[in-house]
Amino acid sequence: MRIELNINSRKVCADIDPDMTLQKFLREKKYYSVKCGCETSNCGACSVLLDGKPVLSCSVLAVRAQGYRIETLEGLKEEAEEIGAFIADEGADQCGFCNPGFMIAAIALFREDPEPSDEKIRIYLSGNLCRCSGYEGQMRGLIKYRDQRRTA
Amino acid sequence: MKELKTVNKPVRKKDAMQLLTGQPVYTDDLIKEPCLIIKLLRSPHANAIVKEIHTEKALALEGIEAVFTYKDIDQDQERYTIAGTSFPEFAPYDRLIIDRHVRYVGDVVAIVVGKDEKTVGKAMKLIDVEYEVLDAVLDFRQALDNKTIVHPESNWKLPVDTGADVKRNLLAKESSSMGDIDEVLKKCRYVVDRTYHTKATQQCHMEPFTTFCEIDPYGRLHITSSTQIVFHIRHIVANALHIPKSMIRVSKPRVGGGFGAKQTAVSEVYAAFVCYRLKKACKLVFTRKECFTASSPRHEMQMHVRIGADENGIIKGIDLHTLSNTGAYGEHGPTTVGLSGHKSIPLYGKQEAYRFTGEVVYTNHMSSGAYRGFGATQGLFAVESAVNELASLMNTDPIELRLKNIVKEGEIMPAYFNEPLTSCTLDKCLIRAGEMIGWKEKGQRRILDNGKIRSLGVAIAMQGSGISAVDVGSATLKLNEGGFYSLIVGSADMGTGSDTTLSQVAAEVLDCDLDHIQVFSADTDISPYDSGSYASSTAYVTGKAVERCAMKLREKIIKAGAKTLECDPEKCEFDGNTVFCEDKAVSLIDIAYTSMVFNNEALEVSVSNSSPTSPPPFMAGTCELETDPETGECKVIEYAGVVDCGTPLNPNLTRIQTEGGIMQGIGMALSEDISYGVKGNVIENSFMEYKIPTRMDVGKISVEFEPSYEDLGPFGAKSIGEVVINTTAPAIQEAVYQACGKRFYELPIKAEDIALAKDREEK
Ligand code: FES
Ligand code: FES
Repeated sequence: MRIELNINSRKVCADIDPDMTLQKFLREKKYYSVKCGCETSNCGACSVLLDGKPVLSCSVLAVRAQGYRIETLEGLKEEAEEIGAFIADEGADQCGFCNPGFMIAAIALFREDPEPSDEKIRIYLSGNLCRCSGYEGQMRGLIKYRDQRRTA
Repeated sequence: MKELKTVNKPVRKKDAMQLLTGQPVYTDDLIKEPCLIIKLLRSPHANAIVKEIHTEKALALEGIEAVFTYKDIDQDQERYTIAGTSFPEFAPYDRLIIDRHVRYVGDVVAIVVGKDEKTVGKAMKLIDVEYEVLDAVLDFRQALDNKTIVHPESNWKLPVDTGADVKRNLLAKESSSMGDIDEVLKKCRYVVDRTYHTKATQQCHMEPFTTFCEIDPYGRLHITSSTQIVFHIRHIVANALHIPKSMIRVSKPRVGGGFGAKQTAVSEVYAAFVCYRLKKACKLVFTRKECFTASSPRHEMQMHVRIGADENGIIKGIDLHTLSNTGAYGEHGPTTVGLSGHKSIPLYGKQEAYRFTGEVVYTNHMSSGAYRGFGATQGLFAVESAVNELASLMNTDPIELRLKNIVKEGEIMPAYFNEPLTSCTLDKCLIRAGEMIGWKEKGQRRILDNGKIRSLGVAIAMQGSGISAVDVGSATLKLNEGGFYSLIVGSADMGTGSDTTLSQVAAEVLDCDLDHIQVFSADTDISPYDSGSYASSTAYVTGKAVERCAMKLREKIIKAGAKTLECDPEKCEFDGNTVFCEDKAVSLIDIAYTSMVFNNEALEVSVSNSSPTSPPPFMAGTCELETDPETGECKVIEYAGVVDCGTPLNPNLTRIQTEGGIMQGIGMALSEDISYGVKGNVIENSFMEYKIPTRMDVGKISVEFEPSYEDLGPFGAKSIGEVVINTTAPAIQEAVYQACGKRFYELPIKAEDIALAKDREEK
C-alpha cells in the first residue's frame, strides 16, 4: 500500500506491505541511526520521536505513523551534539550502539522538562538498555548538562 | 619520570561524536545494495539426525536464491573450529557448516538465501525436515561416560592434545598443584568445603552478530563483520570453506559491543559460505532470539572448593575442582576452564599447598565461548564466596582476613605459572573499597526502621593482561604530509575506546596532540598482525607495540631531520614539532615533505610485541545491599570498586569499563538466569526473560583507582576490561548471607529464593 510520511520535515512516499514496522521502513530508507537491538520492544535502540514523543519504532507500524511528525537522530543533529558532548566528556559513549536511542530519549526529556531531577532522568530513560556503560557515565553526563544549562 | 601530557588524561574517544549523533558506522549500516538476505533454519531438537529434508517448495518461491542443506556439505571433509585463538589451537575441529547430525536446539539445519527478509522468512516455513531424534545429554554433571556420545563422528579432530576422550564426552582436562593439599587441609583448624554453580550467562552486546560479505574487485571474498578478531576470522573461514587464506579479506567497522562473544565466528562462516558459493553480496543479521539461543555464552561451571586456614587465620591451601560445560561444540572450552583456578587461587600468597583440577565436557546445550572474565569470573565466585564463608566460620572480618593473606608485589605466584608479581596494590584497593562503602562504621548487617536490612559484602579479583608468550599485538605508524601520523592496528575497538587509548600512547611518545594521530583498525589487508582484542590484551600487548613503534619512528624522524640539517643524529633533538641541532632546526612538516621527494627511506615503522608474562590487574569490590525480608527483594544500594590496572591510560575510559563490568556482575548475581526446557531449549531467549540490569537496578556505582606501575606495560599500564566483572557476584553473595542468614551456592540469587529460604527456615 501507498504511504506518505513526514520524516525529519521531509515528505517520504513509498509502497509498502501493511505489516511493515516503522523501524524496518526507516532503516530501509537509510535512516541508519535507528537501530535494532531486539524484537520484543525491550531495548530502546530503535527509539524515534513521533510528534515529539519518544516511541519504539519497532512497535509502530509504518502505516500508523502517517500524519505524525517523525524525527530520527539524523534530523536532530544539533541537539544530539549539544547533549552528546557531555556524554563524550565522560567516555560514556562506549560501543555507541545504544546511543541513538538513548539520545532520542534524552532530547525528548529535556524538551519536556529542562530541569529534571536525577530520579526523573533515571525513570525517563529506564527503557533504554545499555550493556557497556553501567549507566553511571550516561547519568553523570546528563546531570552535568542539566546543571550547566541552569547556570548558563 | 617525565610528566605525562596525553596518557592518563581523560580525553574524549576519537569516535565519540560520530557515535552519539547516530552516524552509520556499524556493519549493517554499511552494506551495499543489492544485498541478499540470509537466514538460518535451526533444529528444534537437542540431538538428532536429519533423515530427510525437502526444500523444493521453498526454492520455488519467487525471490529465493538458494537453500543449502547438509547435502551441500561433504560430511566427511575436515572439520573446523569457530573459536578465535592463536596457534597452537586448543579448540577441537568439531564443526561442519551444516552437519547432518544436529547437536543442540538451534543447530543449523539449512541456510536460506533470498531477496528480502519476508521472502526468506516465508521460505523457512516451507522447508520440511524429518528428524531421527536421539537421546540428549542435558545435564553436564551426567555428561561424562554418558551412553549418548555428543561427537561420535570419525572426523572429529584435536590439533593439540587437551587430554580429551571424545567417546566419554570429555573435551579436556587439566591439573596443576603444589605440595600435598590433602595433608595441609587435614592440619587446618578451619576448612570450608562447598560446591558452587554458575550458569551460561549471556554477553548481550547490543549490536547482534552481523556479517556482510561481497566479492571484491579482485574476485576475493571480502567479509565485513562485527568481530573482535579479524585475523582469526580469516583463518577460520579459510578452514571452513577450504579455500586459500589469500582469497579472504576481513574488515571490522565499529563494533556494537562484544564482551568476548565476538571472539568466536558465530555468524561469519555462514555469510562467507553463501557469498563464495553464489558470488553475490549477502548479509546475515542474528535476531536477538538467535543471540540468546545460538551464540557463544559463558561456560556453565560447577566448582568444588576446599579451603583451609590455621588458628592464626592464615590460609594454608586451596583445592579447586572445576567441571565446565562446553555445550555441543568445543570452541573455548579447553582454555576457559584453567582460568577458574589460575586466576583465583594465586590471590592468596601464603598457601603451603594448592591443587587445581578441571574437566570440560560436551553436552547437547548451545556451545559456550568467551565472556569477559573467561572462567576467572566463575572460579572467583567460588573461591571468594568460600573465603567469605571461612571468615564467618572463624568469626573474623572478611576484609581483615584477606589483608592478612593476599599476595604481595615481589612474590612468586605458584598457581599462576610461577610468574612473579611485578606490580600490585591490591592491599590498598581493599582498604579503600572498605572505606568507600563505610565498612567499619556501618557494620556488615543492620536493620532499618522500616524493617529492611542493609548488609555489606566484599570480594577481590585478578585477571591477566594478554596471554603470556602467545598474544601478538602490532602497530604501524607513518608520518604523513602536513606532519600528522597514521596509526594502524589490528586490535578491535569494540566500544572500549582502545583506538583512542592506543592513539594516546602514540601521541605521548611522539610529543604531539592527540588530533595529530589518525587511527585505523582493523582489516586483514591493511593492519599489521594482531591476535585480536580478547584476553585483556589490547592495552597491554598492543599498547606496548604502539609505544615501541612510536619510539622507532621518533628515531627515524630525527635521522631524517639530521640529514636535512647535515648534522650527527646523536646531537639532534625532537620536540614533536621540530628537529633541532644546536642552532639549526627543521620542522616536522618539512621533514614530511622531504620524505615525499627523491626519498629512499619510508618514514614508516611496524612493530610487533609479545609479553613473556601476563601481569595481573587487581580489584577489590564492596557492596551495600538492601533486602526486604518479607519479599526477598534485594537491591544494590551502592557498589564500590577499586582497581589496580597499573597506569590508567585514560581515566574516563577505565572508569566506565569498571562501572560496566560491575553492572554486568550485578546482573549475573541477581537476575540473569539461564534455564532449559525439557527438550533442551533455552527458556530465557529474549530481554523479556533474560533480565539484564536497567538503570533502575544498579544503585550507585563508585569507582576509584590505586595505580601501580607495570614496567612491561605501556607507560606502566596493565589491562582493565575483564577483571572488573569478577568481584560483584561473590561480594553480593556475601551481602545476601549477611542479610538473610543463608548462603547461596548457585547464581543468580533471586528474590523468590531469598523469600522461600526464609519461609523454609520458619517452618
Ligand atoms: S529494537 Fe529493541 S525496543 Fe525496538
Ligand atoms: S554503549 Fe554499548 S550498549 Fe550502550
